[in-house]
Amino acid sequence: MFLVKGGMLIDPAAGIKAVRDILLQDGRVVEIGEHLEIPEGAEVYDATGKLVTPGLIDVHVHLREPGLEAKETIASGTRAAAMGGFTAVCCMPNTNPVTDSLALVEAVQSIVRRDGAVRVFPIGSITKGSAGQELAEIGDMAQAGVRAVSDDGKPVSRAEIMRLALEYAKMFGVTVISHCEEQSLAGDGVMHYGPMSAMLGLKGIPAAAEEVMVARDIILAEASGARLHIAHISAKGSLELVRAAKARGVKVSCEVTPHHLSLSDEAVSGYSTSTKVNPPLRSLEHITALRQGLADGTIDCIATDHAPHTLEEKAVEFAAAPFGLVGLETAVPLILDMVRNNELDIERAVAALSSNPARIFGLPGGTLRPGSPADLTVIDPDLELVLKPEDLKSQGKNSPFLGMALIGFPVLTMVEGKVVMRDRNLLVD
Amino acid sequence: MKLVEKNQIMDQDAMRRAVTRIAHEIIEKNKGTEGLVLVGIRRRGVPLAVRLQAKINEIEGINLPLGVLDITLYRDDLTTLDHQPVVHRTEVPFGIQGKKVVLVDDVLYTGRTARAALDAIIDLGRPQQIQLAVLVDRGHRELPIRADYVGKNLPTSSKEVVSVRVMEIDQEDRVVLNEISD
Amino acid sequence: MWKRKDLLGIKELSADEINQILDQAVPMKDIIKRDIKKVPTLRGKSVINLFYEPSTRTRTSFELAGKYLSADTVNIAVSTSSVVKGETLIDTGKTIDVMGADIVVIRHQASGAPHLLAKHIKAKVINAGDGAHEHPTQALLDLFTIKEAKGAFEGLTVTILGDILHSRVARSNIWGLSKLGAKVRVAGPSTLMPPGIKEWGVEVYHRVEEALEGADVVNVLRLQLERQQKGLFPTIREYARQWGLNARRVALAKPGALVLHPGPMNRGVEISPDVADGLQSLITEQVTNGVAVRMAILYLMSGGGVADVPR
Repeated sequence: MFLVKGGMLIDPAAGIKAVRDILLQDGRVVEIGEHLEIPEGAEVYDATGKLVTPGLIDVHVHLREPGLEAKETIASGTRAAAMGGFTAVCCMPNTNPVTDSLALVEAVQSIVRRDGAVRVFPIGSITKGSAGQELAEIGDMAQAGVRAVSDDGKPVSRAEIMRLALEYAKMFGVTVISHCEEQSLAGDGVMHYGPMSAMLGLKGIPAAAEEVMVARDIILAEASGARLHIAHISAKGSLELVRAAKARGVKVSCEVTPHHLSLSDEAVSGYSTSTKVNPPLRSLEHITALRQGLADGTIDCIATDHAPHTLEEKAVEFAAAPFGLVGLETAVPLILDMVRNNELDIERAVAALSSNPARIFGLPGGTLRPGSPADLTVIDPDLELVLKPEDLKSQGKNSPFLGMALIGFPVLTMVEGKVVMRDRNLLVD
Repeated sequence: MKLVEKNQIMDQDAMRRAVTRIAHEIIEKNKGTEGLVLVGIRRRGVPLAVRLQAKINEIEGINLPLGVLDITLYRDDLTTLDHQPVVHRTEVPFGIQGKKVVLVDDVLYTGRTARAALDAIIDLGRPQQIQLAVLVDRGHRELPIRADYVGKNLPTSSKEVVSVRVMEIDQEDRVVLNEISD
Repeated sequence: MWKRKDLLGIKELSADEINQILDQAVPMKDIIKRDIKKVPTLRGKSVINLFYEPSTRTRTSFELAGKYLSADTVNIAVSTSSVVKGETLIDTGKTIDVMGADIVVIRHQASGAPHLLAKHIKAKVINAGDGAHEHPTQALLDLFTIKEAKGAFEGLTVTILGDILHSRVARSNIWGLSKLGAKVRVAGPSTLMPPGIKEWGVEVYHRVEEALEGADVVNVLRLQLERQQKGLFPTIREYARQWGLNARRVALAKPGALVLHPGPMNRGVEISPDVADGLQSLITEQVTNGVAVRMAILYLMSGGGVADVPR
């Protein structure tokens, strides 16, 4: 038995924002109440002055295993997740080989059983090898538990393939996650297209490259009635398209990353390759729109798009570096920063980090109502840390937030009743 | 590092007399002014060279060609200094091939400036002779260099700094001995 | 006093720093005109020209600048079509560093490559052109050429004509001219204009005649002919007719307006031969000035600039 005592419970799905004690037993939530009696033999965690939330769920991470273990492994990536307060992550299929069949999904699941520190839900690919030509075995993968498919990292360029994918995935209740990028507009751009890219002499990726494909995919989703999820939304125009589509009743959801909410294209000015990410860090106008979209509920989820790379891969010229940054271990302080600045309700933040992802992708957790899985995160909203590369449990050190003072970190991560991180120490080997 | 004035070595009259004497010596040593050119070393060698030019003109009725030499690029201490001096133009608007060049400077000390000036002159052409005129020779030579014309020989210690002040730059004519105090 | 370790761009320089370089280039230019074009100033210093892009003009200019100052200059031409092929830039830089380089002059097709190098090596780094970012020494020699001819920058109108989008020369010139008080106009087709350029404090023209009217200086950019293949403008012929600088257009500028071009020229495309070789052209003077300005930069970066040393 485990009792989390005296914390401020934020459970948007249960409509609770109050100081509560939570009693957990056998991997389940048993009871929520004020001043619960301490059962004999129960371990007590004093959460006074801290936030208690349903376990955070990141629906967009790259764990890189199998095939790209130099960047990250399921072991290291899930440990990073535990440090970041995430009890579950959905891993993208762009491994080597691409997760595009039942066998490969099961392979990932078996590595997770052996090495995983938190829950991992594999995302299958939309097309074979994510090559954008033929549909992957979505039905088989769905039977193995896959709840969503994506060719993340690459857009599905051919509209007809996207239409087929939506139609087909719908039969199995699988959501199609779209990485929206019209490649002829993105070209070989490496950052946001605008005055900053012009100044730095770097090729730009216009907001339109995303918006054009968001429009296309919404139209296709509307026509098919399938569920569409827009990954890492970054442009103002995309957001307006999603807002309008939702108003029409289109089954579309979307996610935003903490870095797109907190960094602008000005961060690129020193040519630091840890600011090179796709979609690119946008200008202030887009950031303002994204923050607004998150606050008003147009954006459903916060997902990190955690994308580790090796030091060597990133220690090159900006144009030659791979896209991506690591986000699992810095997401919570970055989002809490918006809460502190009164730009975002804490309930909305927790909904976007936990209950919405659970609801949209049909994942366990997302609430601490009695009977729910004992997936829980405790956050110290005042804990200030300056992270150094060696502090990150992720193998990837490509974070633009290293060396910056960040405030508000998870101090307890519990997965199915098992404490995997406590007081910033991992409790898994 | 601070400089404290110790005493005055020359006043305006003494400086004028020294320049007059050097002018006479130059004419005497060179048996007239044939083939002579004056080259002042920046900065304070330049006004002294101008004065010598005027004095020689007064005596001989000849206006000698006058050049200005910036020796910054020829210094041997550039790599040891923290910061490098600003380079100014060298203005020697006449050929020095076969001429008798009189280099003019304010103070002769280690000899390194004179050495740099010799190199700088030689890069401009091949003069027949190079002579050196200084207002003050304070000793402590580090190179085998001596002046042909000296306004005043002044025994000094290495803690002292000789400051030649000229009207054109410093709004006064005098020579002062300063001491470095810590 | 020169305090920077590296010279990576004009954008970060102050007007004072720019003027310091321009002032030091004056005595350097005298040296180039002498019979004995050598001073011993940088004896024992080594200058490495690390060129990832072919360049005859800039590399030779840096090489001579170093040699006139008695530095040992070494040229490394890295022939790679791809930036990811072979040894990394950092490894190459570190190798040069431990061989004892004092200054590394780098030309690279990737914007920001000099910044990457500067962060990882002890030697000083001079940007000799990086991608579409900056070409500071080219801008400094353009500024020097303008200053020599016009005396000052205040009240001058300078028109930069051509492919602004891909031009590092344009960017460095815009920053430099603005800092020194000149008014900058840019002119070219809208498909070759960078996004948001109006925010840089320049006037943007899409008609060459309007851009030239009343200009004191016209700086014509080289047109990279391969841009046409990418569809950024229809044909070379149309470009020449719409944007090429010819005698009739030069006449729209102020009488005696200066014509500059960073070279190498596509004669008959962005500039007509009669203008390139005409009386108002300072294009050959720019080349001489390039050596002088680079000597000044090498000199300043090897130390600094204080007025006098006590004797």
